Amino acid sequence: MKKKRSHPDIKGSLLLSGNEALALGAFEAGVKVASAYPGTPSTEILETLCSYEGVYAEWAPNEKVALEVALGASFGGVRALATMKHVGLNVAADPLFTAAYTGVRGGLVIVTADDPEMHSSQNEQDNRNYAYAAKVPMLEPADASEAKEFLKIGYRISEEFDTPLLLRTTTRVAHVKGMVTAGAKEVPATVPGIEKMPEKFVMLPSNARKRRVELEKRMMKLREFAEAFPENRIEWGDKKRGFITSGISYLYVKEAFPEASVLKLGMVHPLPERMIKGFASEIDELYVVEELDPFIEMHIKAMGVDCRGKDVIPAIGELNAEIVRRSITGKKGGQVFEPVQIPMRPPNLCPGCPHRGIFYAISKLGAFVAGDIGCYTLAALKPLSAMDSCVCMGASIGTAFGMEKAIGKESLGKIVAVIGDSTFMHSGITGMVEVVYNRGFTTVVILDNRTTGMTGHQPNPATGSTLSGEISATVDIEALCRAIGVKHVRTVNPHNIEETEKVLKEEIERPEPSVIITKAPCVLLPEMKKRKDKRLYTIIASKCTGCKSCLKLGCPAIEWVPLAAEEAKKLGYKEKQKGYSRINPVLCDGCGQCAPLCRFKAIVISGGDNE
Amino acid sequence: MSKTGNILLCGVGGQGILLASEIASSVLIKAGFDVKKSEVHGMAQRGGSVVAHLRYGKKVYSPLIEFGSADIAVSFELLESLRYLPYYRKETKVVVNTQKILPAPVSTGVDTYPADVLEQLKSRGLEVFPIDAFNIAKSVGETRAVNMVLVGAMSVFLSVDEKIFLEVVDERVPEKVRQVNRQAFLKGREIIEAMRPAIKGGKVQP
Ligand SMILES: Cc1ncc(C[n+]2csc(CCOP(=O)(O)OP(=O)(O)O)c2C)c(N)n1
Repeated sequence: MKKKRSHPDIKGSLLLSGNEALALGAFEAGVKVASAYPGTPSTEILETLCSYEGVYAEWAPNEKVALEVALGASFGGVRALATMKHVGLNVAADPLFTAAYTGVRGGLVIVTADDPEMHSSQNEQDNRNYAYAAKVPMLEPADASEAKEFLKIGYRISEEFDTPLLLRTTTRVAHVKGMVTAGAKEVPATVPGIEKMPEKFVMLPSNARKRRVELEKRMMKLREFAEAFPENRIEWGDKKRGFITSGISYLYVKEAFPEASVLKLGMVHPLPERMIKGFASEIDELYVVEELDPFIEMHIKAMGVDCRGKDVIPAIGELNAEIVRRSITGKKGGQVFEPVQIPMRPPNLCPGCPHRGIFYAISKLGAFVAGDIGCYTLAALKPLSAMDSCVCMGASIGTAFGMEKAIGKESLGKIVAVIGDSTFMHSGITGMVEVVYNRGFTTVVILDNRTTGMTGHQPNPATGSTLSGEISATVDIEALCRAIGVKHVRTVNPHNIEETEKVLKEEIERPEPSVIITKAPCVLLPEMKKRKDKRLYTIIASKCTGCKSCLKLGCPAIEWVPLAAEEAKKLGYKEKQKGYSRINPVLCDGCGQCAPLCRFKAIVISGGDNE
Repeated sequence: MSKTGNILLCGVGGQGILLASEIASSVLIKAGFDVKKSEVHGMAQRGGSVVAHLRYGKKVYSPLIEFGSADIAVSFELLESLRYLPYYRKETKVVVNTQKILPAPVSTGVDTYPADVLEQLKSRGLEVFPIDAFNIAKSVGETRAVNMVLVGAMSVFLSVDEKIFLEVVDERVPEKVRQVNRQAFLKGREIIEAMRPAIKGGKVQP
């Protein structure tokens, strides 16, 4: 178990990220139950919250379950939190839309962390649209300090109006550190216990129709509330130019136009119509500055307020002060130097990563690789280039199966689905059921590295431990697949590329569903980092012919040393040899994947008999 | 409005940039400034290029440094010092760790590592402060203290007392490695101090 922090530990002014501030906010709000599925940029909220005393925090298998757990906790009378990245809310959208009907007992806040610019995401959706579509209020803080306060305010609104509440951050709120002042811990008004309220909690059509009416009444009240909500505020300045803005965009506006009048919206849904109209009537030139969709703009235009927005402000990617200034004034920023052409430095699979072995083997098949999301998506990059599709978590199996149905028997041996262990637990299991149930012959490779690598090594149901470090049951993936009805389930060591290739070839040709589980822990897990039996590899320089076979792995530890015309001969190589490979001992992790790839037996264990 | 100080830290995932920027932030807070620090987690950490923006002043709004406005740039890797060039202005003090970490296109032989990184910087009239942080860290007995050497190096350009830096280093690193980290910091500071006559603008004052 990890050590817990109690309140007296946390005092005064702290430098916290938005996510750390949200965790502190949840603690101060007296949140009792918090559930989440990791996803950048939301992950650190629960990672921090689990260290506070008196809070139960967990990783759920996916966001839908996380929201259901939080909703259940709210039904049970306590303040509850669910956090997720923007696309996670797609997964949790089903409970969200009906939770808006049931309302809550204990306060319920759902944090959605959007990722404009797609720093670590597959799309750039604007989740403010969910607040409108699901008819729930949404708060949008601009920095860490507001994040903490808004979360606490969120619980009060949730309870007062009997509604779940969305709190939206973006990457630059979630991951920017700023000053936060610790505050007092609240004691929530509701008490835990069972209270049966079927007309509120059982959404049969007859009940739901009544709640539907309540929902509209609640929105009316919230609209009124928004008019006087202190976090919707006007900062009067020069009235020639005025801005309506929220979240991080507010900070860019203040930076770019410190003298202008600003209406800062702390609540982006519902909007304070009278306040907006009043503000607009005093301003000569009104701009709405917001990242991504014209959400505020659209809604205030619908109020009949004339403004400018996405006609000048980009709808794609993040904003910054310079973009805001240039979009509006046309004035160029202070850039002095043009960027120079230098080698790119894309992210890469780590040295020793087990994914490299399996994807190298897969790349030999020449098959269509229906991929999924995780560290292993990096196998799509050169030199492995071993992934042909990646859409959303869990999609690999369904898309592979769909292609198979489209093409028919001819596709046998030509398509393979690849999915990580955490992703399989998240939403891959149902895809597997689909393949078996509908008589497919899909081959599914499950990459069991014992962790959720991409988001920073969170345990998952197949790991054997929980968020707070307790030992728990481990889902047996092999037995699970067999129970679903897959007859051919094989486990391989992906570091052994030859064996892996052989098994892959056999299974992909099989006219029945099959699963290959690659079992090898992520090298960044503490137990792997600490291991003492690591044996590093080296390349015997004199044996290297410069054929570059080893470079096809794309291992960061294997470095190509180019040779100038004269040099090769001097070093005893054939005159035409363009260079040689060497292994950087600082980076080598000793996985041994590279050794068998060298036909000239130049790659050997460092300090071993063959060196 | 008083000026906001802009420090850009860049390098390769895993080099300890986040801790270094964390220490610099704490120091500036102790010195009485408002601080905002921006970094990106997730995808960026898998050996990719990493950048952190640190802004400080009386009141900081935007967490992002604008192009052409960095006061100090600290590059933890040689090549990376060129990647963020648009953020520099003529007066930017560019501290460069001369350590090379080969990016994938170079190690796989598809691209070549430019031979003239420092010259490219200098030819643009920038004030460049090269420092072999890896070997300095090694000489104090801890190769992982590269980031502390660089914190020491950049400390020369901030008008904050050395004592405050050392206090924060003490707070931030575990007891066991405190002494080597202090040494690494002081060594980095000393080496850049020695280049002082060459420093044009002196301290950066927001
Ligand atoms: C719906 C959704 N939730 C969360 C994420 C963030 N995310 C991307 S990959 C991933 C997990 C990857 O873990 P795993 O499948 O075990 O692969 P690994 O990274 O360990 O190779 C997560 C949580 C996402 N992209 N979509």
